[in-house]
Amino acid sequence: MSDARAIAEETARASYGRLLAWLSSRTSDVAAAEDALSDAFRAALESWPMKGVPDAPEAWLLTAARRKLIDGSRRRKTRAEATPALTLAAEEAEATARSKATFPDERLKLLFICAHPAIDSSIRTPLMLQTVLGLDAARIASAFLLSPAAMSGRLVRAKRKIKSAGIPFDPPGVEDLPSRLSAVLEAIYAAFGAGWDEADGAEAEMMDLTREAIYLARLVTNLLPDEAEAWGLLALMLHAEARTKARRINGVYVALKDQNAALWDRGLVAAAEEALSRAWSCRKIGPFQVEAAIQSAHAASILYQRDTTDDIAALYAQLTDLSPSVGAQVGYAAALAAAGRPEDGLYALDEITGALAERYQPYWAVRAHILRTAGDAASAVTCYERAIGLSRDAAVRSFLIDQKNTAAKRA
Amino acid sequence: MKYLFLLHDNESNWDTMDEAKKGEVYGSYMAYTDALKKADAYIAAAPLSHSREGKRIRASGVQDGPFADGKEQLGGFYMVDAKNLDDALDWAARCPCASFGHVEVRPIWNIEV
Repeated sequence: MSDARAIAEETARASYGRLLAWLSSRTSDVAAAEDALSDAFRAALESWPMKGVPDAPEAWLLTAARRKLIDGSRRRKTRAEATPALTLAAEEAEATARSKATFPDERLKLLFICAHPAIDSSIRTPLMLQTVLGLDAARIASAFLLSPAAMSGRLVRAKRKIKSAGIPFDPPGVEDLPSRLSAVLEAIYAAFGAGWDEADGAEAEMMDLTREAIYLARLVTNLLPDEAEAWGLLALMLHAEARTKARRINGVYVALKDQNAALWDRGLVAAAEEALSRAWSCRKIGPFQVEAAIQSAHAASILYQRDTTDDIAALYAQLTDLSPSVGAQVGYAAALAAAGRPEDGLYALDEITGALAERYQPYWAVRAHILRTAGDAASAVTCYERAIGLSRDAAVRSFLIDQKNTAAKRA
Repeated sequence: MKYLFLLHDNESNWDTMDEAKKGEVYGSYMAYTDALKKADAYIAAAPLSHSREGKRIRASGVQDGPFADGKEQLGGFYMVDAKNLDDALDWAARCPCASFGHVEVRPIWNIEV
């Protein structure tokens, strides 16, 4: 994509999000606001990349949207009652758009609405992608393995709930901010994860969802520059994004330690480090920052041949304290083994109780790896087999089969 | 609840696959079956021979395989015991067939007799 095109699309998206945030926070009606703006947004995506971005993008969108609003409810899916409030809000927005150099950015309200506790957690990420970024339901649906119809239905229900339940558009107060913000960050991270999974699919097109997630995280850091975890999340995703080209070669999964660092995007690595130092300067530790620090230590060990294994083990220990999860515990076990403490690693795995481990592929892969390093090849083979049986991805599966065969030769 | 996984893939791929790759695929299925058993989710499973060995019987007579149904043919099944549909889909996604063909997941219709 050419730069001019990318800038045009980004501006269109940002303006759309700003206007949607403005209109829906004044009418509590996200669906009606979306409906009013959708044609204008589509027109902008067609026109701006060719003709250039207008001086007042929000005013341009509103002019394009106005006819539709005046048309009233004739063609519109929106209920007629929404029209007067929406028209009023649009007129006010238009005056603002024409008088000010930059249109007020209230997208934070939208982000908080999308991740509100009253909204089902499984629909928060799709809702965010649709309202803040204007992605269409069909594209969102394919990333979340749902049919477009099912996804649209869920999105419509969520928006109806925002209106009918009267979920307030005011940003949360100081007391609620940490928990509400962490829901926003979780939803953004889920978008990133969906993008990752898409990229793993053998034939799936690269979905760019990872880039959208990074855009959202940047937006949060711009709007809430003192929130350490937002910077931490941004740093974490940038580190992962930097390795995209190296982590899979011809469909074959490449473990981090075997990656060709020349394929890493060094600009993104630098951006990740900068975000992480912004996070530290806020002096408020949290799990995303620790995860980012782990990735940063991994990067340093490869880029500067520094032994960071002890640092990584210490960071994982901190992570299991801050946010205990099976994933963190398994990571801790692997880090202990890498730091030359395989027995401690196995002990950390043993602390995970039955049912949780039973179906968790990384648990078995890490156990197998530790056993193999410790010289117990026969047990390693058994554990590799468990991991193979639980994996979902062809590339990861063949990687594990390779590992198993290597272990079997020594058994 | 019981679910049937119907495994579909392009069976002509098997004719051209080298032995090492075949061994890898068999190994994946064995590992998957084992994982289902260890989780007490396994009820039954079987691979099917090539569709050219198959026959279809209707009132109008018998048709010999292979059948020109499209790119992917039914090649095997699993019957699993899962908590609910999400749980069943979680298992189906791990089935090796989901990586190179598709897995149709059908709840088994319980009829009281």
